Amino acid sequence: MTACLLRLEGVTKQFGATLALDDVQFDLRSGEVHALMGENGAGKSTLMKILAGNIRRDAGRILLDGEEIEIRSPGDAVAHGIAIIHQELNTVPTMTVAENLALGREPRTRYGVLDRRAMVASARAKLARIGAEIDPRRELGELSVGMQQLVEIARAVSENARILVLDEPTAALSRAESLHLYDVIAEMRARGVGLVYISHRMEEVWQLADRITVFRDGAFVGTRDKDVIGPSDVVRMMVGRSLDALYRHDEHVIGDAVLEVSELTDGAGVGPVSFRVRAGEVVCLAGLIGAGRTEVARMIFGADKPRGGSVRVNRTVMRPSSPRDGVAAGIAMVPESRKEQALFLDHTVEENVSISALGDHAVGGVLKRREIRAAVKDQLHTLRLRLDALHLPVRALSGGNQQKATLARWLMRDCQVLILDEPTRGVDIGAKSEIYDIVNKLAAAGKAILVVSSDLPEAIGISDRILVMRAGRIVRELDSRHATDEDVMFHATGTAAHNQEMNHD
Amino acid sequence: MTDHNLLADGAPVSRPVRQRSFDVAYWWDRVGILVVLAALVALMAVIAPNFATVDNLFNIARSISINAILAAGLTFVILTSGIDLSVGSIVAVSGVVGVMTALAGVPSPLAVLLAVLAGAVAGLVNGLLTAFLSLAAFIVTLGTMTFLRGLAYTLTEGRPIVSNQLNFRDIGNGYIAGIPAPVVVMVIVYIASWFILERTRYGRHVYAVGGNAEAARLAGINVRLVTTSVYVLAGACAGLAGVIFAARVVSAQPTAGTGYELDAIAAVVLGGTSLAGGRGRIYGTLVGSIILGVLTTGLILMNVQFFTQLLIKGVVIVLAVAIDSLKRHPIRLTHRPSS
Repeated sequence: MTACLLRLEGVTKQFGATLALDDVQFDLRSGEVHALMGENGAGKSTLMKILAGNIRRDAGRILLDGEEIEIRSPGDAVAHGIAIIHQELNTVPTMTVAENLALGREPRTRYGVLDRRAMVASARAKLARIGAEIDPRRELGELSVGMQQLVEIARAVSENARILVLDEPTAALSRAESLHLYDVIAEMRARGVGLVYISHRMEEVWQLADRITVFRDGAFVGTRDKDVIGPSDVVRMMVGRSLDALYRHDEHVIGDAVLEVSELTDGAGVGPVSFRVRAGEVVCLAGLIGAGRTEVARMIFGADKPRGGSVRVNRTVMRPSSPRDGVAAGIAMVPESRKEQALFLDHTVEENVSISALGDHAVGGVLKRREIRAAVKDQLHTLRLRLDALHLPVRALSGGNQQKATLARWLMRDCQVLILDEPTRGVDIGAKSEIYDIVNKLAAAGKAILVVSSDLPEAIGISDRILVMRAGRIVRELDSRHATDEDVMFHATGTAAHNQEMNHD
Repeated sequence: MTDHNLLADGAPVSRPVRQRSFDVAYWWDRVGILVVLAALVALMAVIAPNFATVDNLFNIARSISINAILAAGLTFVILTSGIDLSVGSIVAVSGVVGVMTALAGVPSPLAVLLAVLAGAVAGLVNGLLTAFLSLAAFIVTLGTMTFLRGLAYTLTEGRPIVSNQLNFRDIGNGYIAGIPAPVVVMVIVYIASWFILERTRYGRHVYAVGGNAEAARLAGINVRLVTTSVYVLAGACAGLAGVIFAARVVSAQPTAGTGYELDAIAAVVLGGTSLAGGRGRIYGTLVGSIILGVLTTGLILMNVQFFTQLLIKGVVIVLAVAIDSLKRHPIRLTHRPSS
């Protein structure tokens, strides 16, 4: 076996009340692809940020070639030969490829003037090393995400990186681009580079990885050679318990249609879609990223203006043109990314929860503060959030509690329709099951609930019906009692694509 | 309350949520600026002759009132993460409007009202351009700042309009129950601002828009309306300040208020309001204005040269902002806060 290149021992990191990494270990050999897996919030990104020098660990040791090192800054990481390829790229889109590759070490002529010719030539050489055919004089922002990623890898290679961390590198790549990336990875592996590969895609991991390490809720679960285990073992390691116990969904009395969407379209590839959600029903919009699920959810609420079609809530037609229309009609939406779209991170939990319900607790615009506090406390109590969190900035809460605070905001109002867009993204398992519990209770209370979820077991586990979207349309309705992951994927990808995946396995 | 207990002990905190640095920030946020003011006043009382006299304190109060009123309006704007550079020019225009209408025979309350209204209309233009055309507030108000200054010169034909018969002169020079009238106006403005920001739904919306505009929109807040309204409020405050200025100098000056916007911004920032929006307190702005006023008057009493005064004021402003930043990021090891 090749030598151990990088070893992490007992690494621990705490953010506010959350233990993001709890005494984890990880090791990387040169010339291997080591997949790091785990659900959102498992601690993968935190570990990566520590390696990149963006944050510092609270405890533990990092050993490179058996010697303890410190990574205090991104500069240190580069000096130690560690390169990270992020989901969000670290390049300057308005500069050319050559300029990006030379960033910080621009070649100069003997008069001290920028040597463009040398810069372009060296960029060509760097790109050639990883077999990327990209014109270095093009502006980086004009390239596809896949090509931009290759540029970043080329930069890492040119900096003589011995350790390359790839974070979900194929998330935004086309099939052909992914295949090219696999080739680049194979070549770097052959050259003795140690690669850490973070991915959710089991198929991809199985194709590339030598070993697999699983984290769960910030803790190390185990490292296994790929040859001795199967995908289902990895899933069990990631989830830590049987999935049936996690999802909670009872059959409720289904009432009349509360939300009726007909022929809704954004005029740009999404829709027209028509469907109904009845009182006491949980309906899930499933599909691949980019299938138009979030777009539909946002149009119903009024976050984006629809170009055609109509929305009816309790038989009253509304024309959603701003979120205020949605709110007025009794619709609530928990958006896809809570930090950017839902929360006021520096404001207190009380302020965050109460913001949409202030009108119900004011006389002539003057707030009834005691009443508001009592109402917020009620919500925190129902959602099992600590009451002493009331005055904390919402930033200090864990992802799960932040999500509960977002839910609390809408529960403070009496809404008929709840739209939850990826409600458990970045939420730990404990909070996840609590959120499922809340959804279940709301359905029992006769609310109409529409969930957008990319997590297939979740989509199936918590809903009554699944509407599968592909390319902006609803292509299939499935009964959650009988649907399987494969059924959903089959329709989400289309039959042809499905067969291709099958052949691949 | 947990917070108080934690601080009373002064001991390392056992609960993981509140770190030690966090508690310092918590108290600095509430009383830190007052400590600075008290220290400054004490220092001045010792070293500046005649500082601690009733007359002088009234003088200080009167001299800060214009800047403080401007800063109150600006606080609303800055809380929404906006900026208004045009308030200094509004001071001139509204002063001109007030004096010209008064001289045309309009009764003084109406003349004052028209002047304030002129400021509000200028603010409305700023607000509409910023909120509905999504133009950068800095650029919009830089434009209106220049335009309104031009307007003040145009209306006065470039010369001051002096009148000894100015019927609202008392608002600048009179006394109400022994207290200078501008000071009374200032106090009313601050009480009203405090009430609006702390006790009304609208006030919460102002903070929300500055804290995260997209989240505010998705929470059902009319972001454009809130954005427009804060500029109207800033404009009205500037209009009021313009009236006081005109009354004090008993004339309409086309050059009135030149550079005042920067002093007002300094007072807001000194008072702990974040230029990024969503965070700050109106009482901080008042204290910030007072600090600037005390500093200026104290330095004058000490016969410090005008040039040197500017040097010292500049240092104080940067220092205050640095302290504000340090308290939020006690140790900055990384370039960006990782979240």
